[in-house]
Amino acid sequence: MARVQLKRRKVVIPTQYVLVILTVLCLALMILTLFTDVVSSLLSGIGGYTIVPFQNGMTQVGTGFTKQMENLRQVKTVLSENEALAERVAELEQENNQLTIDRYELTELRQLYALDEEYSSYKKIGARVTGKDPGNWYSVFVIDKGTDDGVKLDMNVISGGGLVGIVTKVGPNWAQVRSIIDDNSKVSASVLSTADNLIVAGNLKQMEHGDIDFGQLLDNADRVTVGDKVVTSDISDRYLPGITIGYISQIQMDPNNLTKSGMLTPIVDFEHLDIVLIITQVKEHTGAGAGEQSGL
Amino acid sequence: MKRLIELITIVLAFLLQCTLFQSLSFAGIVPNLLVVLTSAYGFMGGEREGMFAGMISGLLMDLFYAPFVGLNALIFLYIGYVNGMANRLFYPEDIKFPIFCISLSDASCLILQYMLGFLLRARLDLPYYVLHVMIPELSYTILTAIVLARPLLKLFGFAQRLSRGDEASEDF
Repeated sequence: MARVQLKRRKVVIPTQYVLVILTVLCLALMILTLFTDVVSSLLSGIGGYTIVPFQNGMTQVGTGFTKQMENLRQVKTVLSENEALAERVAELEQENNQLTIDRYELTELRQLYALDEEYSSYKKIGARVTGKDPGNWYSVFVIDKGTDDGVKLDMNVISGGGLVGIVTKVGPNWAQVRSIIDDNSKVSASVLSTADNLIVAGNLKQMEHGDIDFGQLLDNADRVTVGDKVVTSDISDRYLPGITIGYISQIQMDPNNLTKSGMLTPIVDFEHLDIVLIITQVKEHTGAGAGEQSGL
Repeated sequence: MKRLIELITIVLAFLLQCTLFQSLSFAGIVPNLLVVLTSAYGFMGGEREGMFAGMISGLLMDLFYAPFVGLNALIFLYIGYVNGMANRLFYPEDIKFPIFCISLSDASCLILQYMLGFLLRARLDLPYYVLHVMIPELSYTILTAIVLARPLLKLFGFAQRLSRGDEASEDF
């Protein structure tokens, strides 16, 4: 083997030099992947054919396991849940009334914005979540579709009718998705009823409660209230307009007395993501850019 | 041969951590298997083994789950190297020292990740992150390390004997 041959010739690189070489290599990789696509596409390809197949298999075992655990847990909680549910029914009845009114408003608004057609006419492909971030800081996951299936960078990912995240890295048969609850994520959104713009920013602190922070909401007329629906805005440069994010659960005035911030509850259950839909349309290709793109 | 076994265990650990462990996580926190392996190969095999293990695990994490490649590789490279320096103090009979090394590695890994990923973006609430991310992960990791310590030691001893066999057969 190579190592043995090195030993025989008595040319062994000192350990410290190896450390320095590897450090420089890491730094070079960082710079290369930050500013160019060369290395990352190569590495993505290698990773895609070596690691991903195993990952896919293991996830299936994992989901099977989770389902078993879930079953056991459910039996235990069913009794206590029953009580809570009785209360919930009363609550829901009231909420239902509210929602009926909301729906009326929604259809009206959808017609107004012509969202209805746009939203359902996006072409989507389904994908399975095959792995989650090994650390505890971020909320990034890997799906089992990649460039081979037509997935591209910056495609929006939805699940259950709500925004999940965005494709941040693509390999031949896998893609990395950063969810909107991730600490690094920022989405330009707007309140559906008033069309006021705001920024939805993921925060690790809110992640465990399943909430997302929002801020920079300009609402001088005080029209935005708890329960308002928040969708991705038209002015976002990477998210397609009109995708539901969630409902405002808390709102307060910022210390600057100009903008408001608060929290919203996403409609997607990020804890139990299993199958997601990728919208195979990238924002640049819509609207004004469409003409330019077709020229290619 | 030794490197091959290391590589296989690291890839296996990475896959487990991204898939099965996510389903087994408590309160959304998973133990850091890769730090356990990097640190263990470091103090069992020396600087070179530590660097090798750290580089591989860091690159795997970067490739699939980081916005760019290299940062985790760098952190893990140094964790492996420093643990390799502890090789001189390591005796297979003593279980406390490995656990101490692994805990220290995971703690420094967490602090570095916080500083580079969060502090630089003005997420200043350190007590919160200590309480809700660092301490849970650290305790799970130590628990995993205690469970894994003996099997890992056996495996590494086996790998070392194997590669020594390789060398001997090629030399003579």
